[in-house]
Amino acid sequence: MDAFKSIINSLSEPQIMFSFLVLVFFFIFPPSDKLYRIHKKLRLDLLWTNVGGVFIFTGLFVFFGLGVTDENFRLIVTKPDNVPIVGLLFLTIFFLWLSMKQGRDNDIRLAEGQKPNEYHDPEDKVLVWPDLVYIELIAIVLCSILLMVWSIYLKAPLEGPANLADSPNPSKAPWYFLGLQEMLVYFDPWLAGVVLPSFIVLGLMAIPYIDSNRKGQGYYTFNERKTEISLFLFGWLLLWVFLIFVGTFLRGPNWNFFGPFEEWSLSKVVPLTNINLSELVYVRWLKTGLPDNIFLREFFGISFVVGYYLILPPLLARTILKKFYSKMGIFAFSMFVILLLTSVTLPIKMYLRWTLNLKYIVAIPEFFFNI
Amino acid sequence: MADPKKKTMFQKIAESQFLKSIFRTGIPHTRRQRMMAVLNNVFLHLHPVRLPKHAVKVKYTWCMGGLSFFVFLVLTVTGILLMFYYRPTVEYAYGDIIDLAEQVPLGIMREIHRWGAHLMIITVWLHMFRVFMTGSYKPPREFNWVIGVLLLVLTMLLSFTGYLLPWDQLAIWAITVGSNMARATPFLGHEGPGAALLAIGDINLVHAASDVRFALLGGRFVGEATLLRFYVLHCIGFPFIIMIFMVVHFWRIRKDGGISGPT
Ligand code: HEM
Repeated sequence: MDAFKSIINSLSEPQIMFSFLVLVFFFIFPPSDKLYRIHKKLRLDLLWTNVGGVFIFTGLFVFFGLGVTDENFRLIVTKPDNVPIVGLLFLTIFFLWLSMKQGRDNDIRLAEGQKPNEYHDPEDKVLVWPDLVYIELIAIVLCSILLMVWSIYLKAPLEGPANLADSPNPSKAPWYFLGLQEMLVYFDPWLAGVVLPSFIVLGLMAIPYIDSNRKGQGYYTFNERKTEISLFLFGWLLLWVFLIFVGTFLRGPNWNFFGPFEEWSLSKVVPLTNINLSELVYVRWLKTGLPDNIFLREFFGISFVVGYYLILPPLLARTILKKFYSKMGIFAFSMFVILLLTSVTLPIKMYLRWTLNLKYIVAIPEFFFNI
Repeated sequence: MADPKKKTMFQKIAESQFLKSIFRTGIPHTRRQRMMAVLNNVFLHLHPVRLPKHAVKVKYTWCMGGLSFFVFLVLTVTGILLMFYYRPTVEYAYGDIIDLAEQVPLGIMREIHRWGAHLMIITVWLHMFRVFMTGSYKPPREFNWVIGVLLLVLTMLLSFTGYLLPWDQLAIWAITVGSNMARATPFLGHEGPGAALLAIGDINLVHAASDVRFALLGGRFVGEATLLRFYVLHCIGFPFIIMIFMVVHFWRIRKDGGISGPT
């Protein structure tokens, strides 16, 4: 059992877990026709059937059931403010399954030339009273019961009185912002706390204006909207929910990583040998010292960033994203590519950190300008 | 058995002058009465009278939009009750929270309010997810999706401002961590890129006592002024704004042709 636990501990290191999830992600939610065929061939679409659902949830329940027998695991998942996240995890997976299942069912119908399951004769409507109001009533009653039972059995947390002189270790933001706090590992606050959140909000708002696919409106489907769904789920599941999950459960004192079965010890020391791109280039590779001129020093980093945002988009428009470019027009396409590239900066910086210990691509602390 | 013409007690009450004056239609039995039941009631009238079959299925909407609204109402009611007991000052806040649990009868209001806040964030996320997965943001509903994103942001801001109010270690440090990021806002935070450019001669316009973080906290640290600001925003400011956007959201659902569906 202990060996098993330590395997899980090391598998849940962000570098391993994230790489694994990214790898399987594109087979489970294929964005392109080619990957979709592989997805079908591997029979991964069976996840979105009743049997698949039972399989997924048995796995989850077994993991949690065995997990809570471990003291360290129990300590983090039953911390009152963490309970909603455990709930969120189950609910997210459940509704993911439910929507993908209905999508799969509809895709099969559509392939046979039938209308989706949601379709009914437009003349054949139902009355809101009683058909909808009683469902609303039941939903309200169930929701109230849930809330009351939850409130009776779980006390709202209250720690010692506020004291600015005594900072707890770790200090965590509320859980729904832990994705941002986790990004602080890889980005400076002006990016992780201000620029990227603004991009998330604006990016969400832009979705209806970027997505030019008019199919698949008003019913569940995967096949008709693969690219949209795949990209949205990548952002939502891997760049948001996953980070919250890591930030909440796997970050302990000094924001160090701790496996789910590992004790949060204050003395865990993780060597910090992070370096900047300029040091990497000038000191390690060219074996000269850092130039004094800031622009000369940051030349490589700045070129990288400028190239990333100015040269890559037109290049993509001519090559792999050609189809999108001709369909969307220049305005929507630019918006799409900038959002896409920006969200990919997160995994890029994660991997640069994990492989090269890279801290900043551009580091101009003189102006608080670090990327 | 019973004479069908003879009215039961329940029917008599339901058809009394008093109840008819309130509900106008009486117990809706006929199709016409059922339509009138919705049309005549200001709350039910948020709905259309008739809906396509798929729209009333839990499988389709998961009820998440409606539940978000319901949980919001629960939070409003429990929030008002909490305001009877809670005073937003450094001196009293913490003690009032303890009293809420220990002195107030039926002391689970704080629990309902806190867990309700978590629940609302979850239901709103899942609602957004449902809307995405059914492609319901596509024309003509683009703008309502935009309103929805604002509702999502406001929901999180409501929760964030409320997090400080118990004035315990959890609260103050979570808000400190959260608001520290504002220091780094480009141009507007004193440790943000570009802030040094906003200067007249030698005088910096953006410094620790004039940047956005200062405006948010009402000081350089999370303190008395922060507590008051967050309290006012939490109890009046954000609820007021979110209600306006909810009204627009609901109105637009109807105006955009009701709930989405296949054609
Ligand atoms: C306080 C938060 C919110 C409340 C109370 C709310 C409420 C509702 C309700 C009651 C509906 C009717 C259908 C249903 O229940 O699914 C609805 C539909 C809709 N909501 Fe929301 N919503 C909220 C947040 C959001 C968010 C975050 C988004 C998206 C980013 C969004 C986008 C939409 C859209 C596009 C529709 C139309 C869906 C359709 O026609 O199928 N809403 N909302």
